[in-house]
Amino acid sequence: MNFTRSSSPHHHIRRKTSEVMRMVIYAAVPGLMLQTWFFGWGAIVHLLLAVTTAVATEALFLELRKKDFEKAIKDFSAILTALLLAISIPPFAPWWISVLGTFFAIAIVKQLYGGLGFNLFNPAMAAYVMLLISFPVQMTNWTPPLELAQYSHGFVDAVYIIFTGFSAEGYSLAQLKTDIDGFTLATPLDSVKTELTMGKTLTESLQSSVFSDGLSIGWFWINCAYLLGGLVLIRTRVINWHIPGGMILGMLALSLIMYGVDSDVYSSPLFHLFNGGFMLGAFFIATDPVSASTTNRGRLIFGAGIGAWVYIIRTWGGYPDAIAFAVLVMNMAVPLIDYYTRPRTYGHYSEHKKSMKVAKSDKQP
Amino acid sequence: MTSMNEYRELTWQGLWKNNPALVQLLGLCPLLAVTMTVINGLGLGLATMLVLIGSNCTVSLVRNFVPNEIRIPIFVMVIAAFVTIIQLLMNAYTFQLYEALGIFIPLIVTNCAIIGRAEAYASKNPIQYAAFDGFMMGLGFTVILVLLGAMRELLGYGTLFSGADLLFGEWAASLQITVFETESPFLLAILPPGAFLGMGFLIALKNVLDKRIETMMASDTEQKSVMRARVTAEGS
Repeated sequence: MNFTRSSSPHHHIRRKTSEVMRMVIYAAVPGLMLQTWFFGWGAIVHLLLAVTTAVATEALFLELRKKDFEKAIKDFSAILTALLLAISIPPFAPWWISVLGTFFAIAIVKQLYGGLGFNLFNPAMAAYVMLLISFPVQMTNWTPPLELAQYSHGFVDAVYIIFTGFSAEGYSLAQLKTDIDGFTLATPLDSVKTELTMGKTLTESLQSSVFSDGLSIGWFWINCAYLLGGLVLIRTRVINWHIPGGMILGMLALSLIMYGVDSDVYSSPLFHLFNGGFMLGAFFIATDPVSASTTNRGRLIFGAGIGAWVYIIRTWGGYPDAIAFAVLVMNMAVPLIDYYTRPRTYGHYSEHKKSMKVAKSDKQP
Repeated sequence: MTSMNEYRELTWQGLWKNNPALVQLLGLCPLLAVTMTVINGLGLGLATMLVLIGSNCTVSLVRNFVPNEIRIPIFVMVIAAFVTIIQLLMNAYTFQLYEALGIFIPLIVTNCAIIGRAEAYASKNPIQYAAFDGFMMGLGFTVILVLLGAMRELLGYGTLFSGADLLFGEWAASLQITVFETESPFLLAILPPGAFLGMGFLIALKNVLDKRIETMMASDTEQKSVMRARVTAEGS
């Protein structure tokens, strides 16, 4: 038996910001690879564009603010923002979408508020919302998974489409969106939403060709990959489990209730959890340490709020997916959540108990 | 001499130091809502300016007869009368602009900048100063409306002065400048968030300029004191 007793300060290795950011980036790689496998090389091209813009913008603005930009760029936070934005936008959006979005994220959402650690909103998601409301056409041009598409496309095609709007063989984006029968395919979330509004039941709308056995082709595995990456991040203690846990719980609670009420009209929890950007949002986007809540109880509330908002907007809102809106809404609530979830200092009473005690001692004499 | 100083002070206050849009942040509702183009901004700015001059003059003229207790309702009625005049005039002569600005013309009544000037300045000063104050405050407001409109129109549609014919008549249609043509307009600039962002940038710009002027003034006085010290050192 070897009882070691150490006095404070207990030895612990404090990870540098750059290490944390790098590990998050590495954990996103499997998801990115699957996205490329299912939907073509567009995400990689946009990633390169976004990272270049992010680094250039960060350097430019830190130089203008007379700060040491070499140190700030080496913390990888700008690159992580670029990565999150690049994998969120449609793979064959024009090149200026990712350039403009990344510039907005770094320059306006991050640097104008004071740089890393001071931004109120998640830069990648604020930029995504800016792009979505400014350029609705380009931001909803999702192509079907390659196995369903009429025309296949490789890396060169991806570069051509992003920069010119046409693939190397001269197919337009509208042609690339068609399936083998020549029909344009919607994303799974979009297709179910449309068919439900047309009065079909959920089982009927899951018969669409973008699903196999009720699971959406491509998106299911991509979400699994991000879930795996996220679990690794929790295991290595880069992120806490509270935010993703809260987000999954919030989504599960609402979707279970509604699915229980009427399973013909409301999609199943499984459908919601493994569709769109849910797992990416839960483990990579909502866990941004700067704009999220900072107490453990607060993180649970913050995550549950995002999960609930995603469900509400997906089901009753105007957009098929809602990670970005949900994250921004809850970012706004963070100061309030943090205020009400301040942990009790050891050796002190909590505010509530203290007031109870005061009330009691007032009565006694 | 003193009257010259008063006019200079009023100009400085209205256009820069106490600008109704940038510093007092009054009348933000029309400011943010209608500035999608330069011409919309200019139209509303001119209407506000005319109302401001008229109401300031009238309030200044009646200032000695108005019982203090009911001054606010009286001021509001004076303002409402002038807004009605402007509204009818715009309806008659610039009908399309009248349609484009819509509810924001009658809403000039509720523009706090106007009641603010009536209460804070016109009700205490003679008519010539009050009229000049109304003119300068209105001009400061109009300049910001036009600047914000230009920013949003340029980013959103890639044009400047589009729809000038609505305000100035047929000949002005040729005033439109197309800076760039785009198939996908930058909707954020045209939508309300663009107005808030643009307004934020304008206020930030003013603060930066103010700070720069301040440091320049400070360094000037510093240099003077240094020179003086040197002179004494040489003298001893």
